[in-house]
Amino acid sequence: MIRVRGLNKWFGEHHVLRDIDLHVARGEVVVVIGPSGSGKSTLCRCLNRLETAQQGEVVIDGVPAPLEGRELARLRADVGMVFQSFNLFQHKTVLENITLAPMKVRGVSRPEAERTARELLARVGIGEQAGKLPGQLSGGQQQRAAIARALAMRPKVMLFDEPTSALDPEMVGEVLDVMTGLAADGMTMVVVTHEMGFARRAADRVVFMADGQIVEQGAPAAFFDRPQTDRARDFLAKVLTH
Amino acid sequence: MSVLLDHLPVIWQGLVVTLQLTVASFLGAAVLGVLVTAMRVSPVGVLRALGTAYVEAFQNLPLLVLLVLAFFGLPEIGIKAEPLVTAIVVISIYEAAYIAEALRSGVNSVGKGQGEAARALGLTFRQSLWYVILPQALRTVVQPLGNIIIALTMNTLLAGAISVVDLTEEAKRINLVEAQPIPIFVGVGLIYALIASGVGFVTGRLERRLVMVR
Ligand SMILES: Nc1ncnc2c1ncn2[C@@H]1O[C@H](COP(=O)(O)OP(=O)(O)O)[C@@H](O)[C@H]1O
Ligand SMILES: [Mg+2]
Repeated sequence: MIRVRGLNKWFGEHHVLRDIDLHVARGEVVVVIGPSGSGKSTLCRCLNRLETAQQGEVVIDGVPAPLEGRELARLRADVGMVFQSFNLFQHKTVLENITLAPMKVRGVSRPEAERTARELLARVGIGEQAGKLPGQLSGGQQQRAAIARALAMRPKVMLFDEPTSALDPEMVGEVLDVMTGLAADGMTMVVVTHEMGFARRAADRVVFMADGQIVEQGAPAAFFDRPQTDRARDFLAKVLTH
Repeated sequence: MSVLLDHLPVIWQGLVVTLQLTVASFLGAAVLGVLVTAMRVSPVGVLRALGTAYVEAFQNLPLLVLLVLAFFGLPEIGIKAEPLVTAIVVISIYEAAYIAEALRSGVNSVGKGQGEAARALGLTFRQSLWYVILPQALRTVVQPLGNIIIALTMNTLLAGAISVVDLTEEAKRINLVEAQPIPIFVGVGLIYALIASGVGFVTGRLERRLVMVR
């Protein structure tokens, strides 16, 4: 579903992604972990070209990511993204947040878009919030609305960039539950997170990044119980004791 | 001020012309201002440069000079238009620079994540701007826009220089007959002040209604 080959990215002089190769199969859930600043977000953003890499290629469902214009917009429509800071459209109700892109990008009629939106809101457990503005919701509710918004495009892949990092601890669970449900339904997912419990439970594969490189990857049980590299052992020792 | 009442029909005519100038120029300036703002935040470097050049140019030229240039210059290149139309076009082009500047500060106040989320959903640049960024930007610049409209209203009297007979021009004409400048121009000044406070009232209301929960 996703095929990344030889990806290199620099911010000015700063080499933030180094020779990244990554395959994600259809239905696979890949959790990306690693210390802050290791390039996880940048990798995620390269997957739907919110960032452009100087070298290498990203192929989504057999189609090389186009550079710009309508083609690029079409690719992005197929790749859902959930941000750490939710980024719900502040001036639109939750329902309007969800119906905007299906109507404008996919050409879905309003009644159909609203029907889908209500189904999705019910699925993420905030069916009663449809008419509210994002600012009236809790963080956990906003993030679930953002997930529903991405799902409304019927994406082939969902990217999550630290979806629970901006949440109060008591709200982390409700968002992870939604994500676990998605994974169980067979959604192809790339999830950047520090939630090791989620990684163990829902991931098919864990990818460990440091200094812009993929240092190690493997099945969650194997990775967490027997990390192969010092960097990974170091990192796990730090996050698991805290 | 009874001198004004004696000339009420003429004053009314002048006021209608002033309002025509104001409303039409504002609409023109709004459309153009949005276009220039879109250029200034566009991903295409050339468009950004053009947009910036536009704003810089028209903020640094006197409106009166532009009006006179257009009035005498356009016929030279074979474009003939009514003075009123010429005035509306020139004032629109001029004020668009100020509207674009206000809108851009509004756009800058909208979080970067809003545009990213829009693009991540597959909206094109234009759709992101129109459905997500500009509606939020507008809410933050209602007050500055109101001030631009008020300044625009005052600026319309420069159209008198190219033979448009607006409120101020009518006042001058009445004064030629009556020779009572103080009451005439105090009265006319009050009419401008009334328009300005009307605009201020509306934008004030609008601003309170559009306040967003964040
Ligand atoms: N827009 C940017 N401009 C310059 N440097 C950036 C930008 N975004 C990220 N970086 C740098 O790239 C590196 C990787 O960042 P990021 O991908 O956000 O890491 P992570 O998500 O793993 O914490 C960091 O050193 C960060 O400072
Ligand atoms: Mg990050």
